[in-house]
Parts: sequence; structure tokens; C-alpha cells
Amino acid sequence: MTSFRLNGKEVSVEAPEDAPLLWAIRDEIGLTGTKFGCGIGQCGACTVHVGGEAVRSCITPVGSVAGQSVTTIEGLDPKGQHPLQTAWIDAQAPQCGYCQSGQIMQAAALLKATPHPTDAEIEATMTGNLCRCMAYIRIKKAIKAAAAKGVAA
Amino acid sequence: MNAIDVSRRGFLISVSATGALFALGQPAQAADGGFAPTIWYGIDREGVVTVHIIRAEMGQHVGTAIARIVADELEADWTKVKIDHVDSDPKWGLMVTGGSWSVWQSYPLYSQAGAAGRIALIDAGAKLMGVKPADCVARNGAVTAGKTSVSYGEIVAKGELGRTFTAEELGKLPIKPASERRLIGKPGQARDIPAKTNGQAKYGLDAKVAGMVYARPKLPPTRYGSVVSAIDDTEAKKVPGYIRAIALDDPSGTVPGWVMVYATSFIAADRATEALKVTWKAGETAKVSEADLQTRARALIADKAAGSQVVEDPGVDAAFAAAKSTLEQTYTTSTAVHFQMEPVNALAFEKDGLFEIHTGNQWQSLVLPWLAQALGRKEETIVLRTYMLGGGFGRRLNGDYAVGAALASKAIGGKPVKMVMTRADDTRFDSPRSPSVQTLKMAFGEAGRVTAMDHAACAGWPTLAMAPFFMPKGANGQPYDPFAISGANHWYNVGAQRVRAIGNDLANKTMRPGWLRSVGPGWTNWAVESFMDEAALKAGVDPLAFRLKMLDATGRNAGSAPNAVGGAKRQAAVLKRLADKAGWGKPLPKNTGLGLATTFGQERDMPTWVACAARVNVDPATGAVKVEKLTLVADAGTIVHPDGALAQMEGAALWGMSLALFEGTAFENGEVKDTNLDGYTPLRMADVPDVDVEFIASTEVPVGLGEPATTVVGPAIGNAIFRAVGARVRDLPIRPEAVKAAIKA
Repeated sequence: MTSFRLNGKEVSVEAPEDAPLLWAIRDEIGLTGTKFGCGIGQCGACTVHVGGEAVRSCITPVGSVAGQSVTTIEGLDPKGQHPLQTAWIDAQAPQCGYCQSGQIMQAAALLKATPHPTDAEIEATMTGNLCRCMAYIRIKKAIKAAAAKGVAA
Repeated sequence: MNAIDVSRRGFLISVSATGALFALGQPAQAADGGFAPTIWYGIDREGVVTVHIIRAEMGQHVGTAIARIVADELEADWTKVKIDHVDSDPKWGLMVTGGSWSVWQSYPLYSQAGAAGRIALIDAGAKLMGVKPADCVARNGAVTAGKTSVSYGEIVAKGELGRTFTAEELGKLPIKPASERRLIGKPGQARDIPAKTNGQAKYGLDAKVAGMVYARPKLPPTRYGSVVSAIDDTEAKKVPGYIRAIALDDPSGTVPGWVMVYATSFIAADRATEALKVTWKAGETAKVSEADLQTRARALIADKAAGSQVVEDPGVDAAFAAAKSTLEQTYTTSTAVHFQMEPVNALAFEKDGLFEIHTGNQWQSLVLPWLAQALGRKEETIVLRTYMLGGGFGRRLNGDYAVGAALASKAIGGKPVKMVMTRADDTRFDSPRSPSVQTLKMAFGEAGRVTAMDHAACAGWPTLAMAPFFMPKGANGQPYDPFAISGANHWYNVGAQRVRAIGNDLANKTMRPGWLRSVGPGWTNWAVESFMDEAALKAGVDPLAFRLKMLDATGRNAGSAPNAVGGAKRQAAVLKRLADKAGWGKPLPKNTGLGLATTFGQERDMPTWVACAARVNVDPATGAVKVEKLTLVADAGTIVHPDGALAQMEGAALWGMSLALFEGTAFENGEVKDTNLDGYTPLRMADVPDVDVEFIASTEVPVGLGEPATTVVGPAIGNAIFRAVGARVRDLPIRPEAVKAAIKA
């Protein structure tokens, strides 16, 4: 049994401590916005925040988040109106949408650390997130738009 | 196939207790006294228009595009239009999402359905207001006559809407002129996008039902022919949550040799699968390599009797015999995989006599007969529940994973089983784009005039593997896979032309070849458009001028109504516009080149005229290629959802670039070598060049846009590399070593 805070609420999961956090969140807790893509931490579809940092939940052991604060796409903003989420809609960024929870969570961590990133900084961070629809042009545009408006972390 | 010939059916509007339904043919009386839902749409008493979408949503925002077609003709209030992605049902007819067909095929039918509804609503609304229909205007979900108006919801609630149109009447309905369009071609957001920004969109992987167990398949060493000889679960039993392992019995032959590993969670199923020991008697392709596949293709091309004659003009051999000079080149492409982000998965169970499969799928009509055979039950007792697709790109045209999940459930008495494949499972048993070999020849007469062309293309054939009923016959009576040759039958006038499609039998034994985004044209044009530049060089003509001269729109390339009005003239116009836009002929820095390519998209029956100019910089020391800019021009007829169309062009172009430079794997010992992102490396954000896309303004028939841009980028890059550093590459993907070697040569 591992306990942690998820989107502001205390939760406990029975998954083994060495099991990936991703599956505990999806299958035990039932929040399915976080996606499974590669299982080896290289596509970014499973990105969540642990203590405010973006991590790949598919390679994060459940035991490692005991007592910590975890945020998923469902908890990024109470109304789903985080500046990045509205910028994503304005830019019509998603195509199939499957990677977008991870893209948004990665971008949110980026803007929190670097509120006004350069193009190179956006690329360096976001290149770890694969978008198979290749909606990169609009993802980048949405991040820049959100940064320009100013994201209050 | 359960295709219903919709063109022969009339149109009928029926009013029920809850609303009006707009149907093709005779809607069946439903048990509750209402009428069964329809292929098209319904309007309820609040005036909400629900459009039924039979196409899979996989990123193309297809529901938005199709609903706009209906709503525009219907003069509906767009804010009251809902999109409903339906489950499988025979009443929908053929359910397939592929080929970039969705908008093209839906446009005439949904336009007519919208127009029929509009006319019926005007008639009924006029009656309610006591005026003549001719004095009424339908607009924004209401019928108006002077200062009075009645909403569609009120008409449905009060009016006499029951009305039928014969097929003939339907065909003559007044479709609005382009100047009267209020949604088609206008800016607007896609309806599916908000739920894709907050985690609420539901994909197949998110499907769940009470009491379900999880399963992961333990996959055999070969795609076909492997037989389980022993299962040892000693180690698997040590995994908490492990339930059991069962070798599937598949009468349909879709998933031979699969062993399903059941557990109480996916984590346990995954770990137990790793721990389980299965011994198979491997199929005959267990040692096949990429080189074996290419060698087989070369042997088949050399055999002049092999394959199907897709184009066989008289006089090809004579023209080559009489030629002043000839050119022959061979082009190859490596195995490529779909790598859609959501690994294939399905939830299956039997409930109340119905077998339910919850999954994202692109070709329900194809997999249902497989499921029926596998499960030993009638198709009518199987339903595919519809979900968003975490990427399609053709992978989910092949519904083999649904068969695996269904058999997993059947094997434990129809209890709910959620089967999830890992990324490596998904890639190993992907339906890959087969490796290909193509040999092209051109004959030149006096003054470099092109007098004949011969194109032989050999690859694994997806349509033979999965949908042989879709295969036409060539001039020699031999069937061929149209999706594995299209592109070779181009719109250039080259004199006497021969196109030979050859199936690679070894590829079809080794893999389940797949339709991968842009399918045949994604690799046939690698050859055609690289060869055109090589031929232009041989003829001593500028590559742009060389192409334009042959795009003269004469003979079979003149085009015809309704889909190819203007023929090759439109392709020439696109190419000219592109050349202007991209600055063709202007000086460029050292080691920088601009390359052109143009195609007709996916198929001659539905040409999307498209052209690309790639500007690349090559590092001669390493052969590394940096794509600086992709400029694209497309004539796709009427653009229904402009922003969605642009998104498709952007994504498809980057797919073309990814396949050209970053993807590609190889078969080794009968399997795909690179099964995850540590070896398979699609394009990432840092690789994205400037992309500039322009659509030619047109009111012609809307054609497909999901794939055409993919077809032009690879050869444009190859041609640009040559123009930058004089290195001609003929193998895809283009590796730096190959560029470096070609510079030296």
C-alpha cells in the first residue's frame, strides 16, 4: 500500500511499490487522462508532475511517490482552463489527442520553471514528447501564446 | 462485406415522439414505436441536430468536417449541431476510415441529405406560418417568411414533416452554390479538440467494464505458422495477480500461435507475460531478413512474366528498341512501422447474446467477418463499440487485435477481458509498410523527347493479405493491390507507358503487410519523382520544365468530371504556383539545394494535386541533411474545414519528412528489428523545419487531404540533396552515410 496526494486528494494504491505509477493512476484510481505510449520513458504521453516536476509515470515506481504530491492532466486546473489548455484550443493543436495530456503537462512544467522560454528552450524540452500526428507546429505555437499571456504558476 | 448501395436508395423523413429522423431507404419500425435511427441525422424538438458519423476520429476532426457539410445545406444553427460517432451496425453500410476518402465520399450524400431536410423543413414551416414555401428562407435553424419565423425544433414538434424523396428526386435537389455556403470553407474550430486538452477524451485504452480482467498476449516468433508446443507458467505463477495462460484457438487464422496471459491488473499481466515460458514450433519465415525480402523483390522484377499489368500501352518495347537513349534506375524503401501512439488494445465480453468489442478501429466492416469466424457466431451478434483512436495512420484498418481480445474473452466463457499490447508487442506485430524495390526505365527520342516509360514495383501487398475482394485485375488478367501501385500510374504523358505491380510473396508470408499513411503513393512516388529529376538531368532539361511539358493534360490525362476536372492541367498549375512561391531558380548558399516533387495524392479516381519544394542544407563532411523549409501547394477542390485541412497538410508533410529521414527498420530473423523508441526514431519537435502550405482556391469536388502531402516530401528532399551537393540517393530512409557515399561517388 502506497499513499500520496493526487490532484490535491490523499489516495492509497495497492500496486506493488516497484510497479509503474502510470498504471496505478489509470487502473486503480481510474484517472485515464494520462496515457501509455512506449513504457520506456521516451514518448512522454504518460507525463505527470511529482512535486511540481514533470516525470514519466511509466518508469516512475509507485513507491517513489509515497507522501509526495502528484498532479495529472485532470488536476492541472480545476476547470480545465489552464492557460496552456486554452492556448491549445485556440491553436487547434491536438489531432488524435492521445499524446496531448503529456505534452501539456510537460509544457506546464517548462513554463513554471521558465515563464518566457526561447524557441530553442521550447524545442529542447518538448522534443522528449513524441506527437505521432506531428502536430508540433501548433504545440509550439500554443506554448508561445500561453507564455506571452503569462502563466501564473 | 456488408456494403449497402446507398446511391439507389431514396430518402425518407419520419417524425417520432422525440424528433425527426432523416433516413435513406425505408427506416425500420423500432420496438418502442419510434423509428430506427438513420445513416444521416436527426432533429429533436429542441432543434438539436445530431449527425451520425460512421468514420473513425483519429485526429482528422472528421466529425466536424462531415457535420459542416450537412449543417451547411440544412441551414442549421451550428451551435445546435451534435456529432455522434456510432457503433458498428449493418444499417450503416460499409464502415471504413482510410484512403483519405471520408470527406470525398461523404460530401455528395451528406449534401443531398442536408438539402432534402432543408426543403422539407421549409415546406412544413411554410404550412405552419400559412405562407407559400417560395416566400420562405431557411437560415440558422429556422424558417423565416418576412417578419415571422419558426424554428426547426418547433417544426419538428408541430409540423407535418413526414415526406419522402425518391432516389431520382434526391439527385436533382438544389445543392447551394458555393457563394451561399455559410460553414463549408469558413473558419471554425473542431468539436473534438476541447476533450483532448483535459484528459476527458475516451480512447480504446480507457474502456472499462465491471469485473474485467486484464490480458497481454505472448506473441509467437513468426506472424504466421507458429504452433504452441508447450506452456510453462511456473515463474508466471509467482507474479501476484496472475490468473492463467491460454493458447488461443483461432479458426479465422488471424492470430495464430498467440498465448493470452490473464491477470487481475495490467501490471500483473505484463509481468506474468515476461515470466511465462512458451515453446513454439516456429513458422517457415523465422529466419527471413530485410535483405531476403529485397532479394526476392529483385528476382520478381527481373521475371518479365511476374505481376499484373496495371498500365500496358501498345508499343512500349518498340519505343525502347528505337530509343536514342534510355535511362534505368532502381529505388528501394525499407520496412516502416505505424507507431501510432496508442498501442493496440481491446476490451471484449459477451452480454445478453451480444459479443461486444470496445476498441478504436478504422475498418469495422473488414474485421467483423474475421470476428464471426473466430468466435463461431453470426456477425449480427457482434458489435464494435466506438472510441477515439490514439492514432490510426492505417494501423487500425487491420483489426487483428480485436480478434485476439475476443478470443481471449471467449476462452474464459465470455467474461470481460481487457487485452493491452505493450509498445514492443504492438510494433513486433504491426502491419508494417513492406520494404519495396522499384525499377524505372525511360526511353528518349529526338531532342530528348520522352517516348516511353516502364515502371515495375514489387512489395508486400496489404490488400491481398486482408481484403483480396478489393483487388482489380490488370491487362493480363492478374489481380493486383491497387494501394501498392497507385502513383506509378501518374498523370505525365510519357508516350507508351507500362506499369507492372508485383506482389512480394515472401513479404506476405513473413508479415501482415499494412496500409501505412499514404500507402503505395508514399513509396511509388519516391521512385517516380526522384526518377523525373534524374531523367530531366539526362535530357539536359530543368526539372520543373521537364515535368510541366509532360503535364499537358492530353489523352487519358485530360481529366473528367466530377472528381478530376481539368486533369493534369491542375497538377501543372499547382507545380507552377509552388515554383513561384518557393523561389525556384534563385541562387542558394553553398551546399544548399531546393528540390521539387509533385503527385496526384492517393488515386487517379480522386486526385489531390499536390507539390512540395524542400530546401535542404547538406554537411558534406558527414552527409547529414538538415531540412530548412518545406513549401507545399495543394489543389484539393473545395476545402470543407480549412483549419483541419491545414492541420492534415502539416502533419502529413512532416510524416513524409519523418519517413524520408528518421524512420525505417529492418526484418531480422522474421521480425521487425526496432520495436520501441530506443531504436525507431520518428521526427521530433526539434527537427521541424519551416512549413508553408497554400491551398489553390477551388469550388471543385472536395478530395482527400489526410495523406497526399506525405507522398511528395521524400522525393523533394532527395532531389534537393542532389541539387545541394550532387549526391543522388535512391534508398529510403536517407541515411547520412548514404549521402556521404554518394558525394564521393
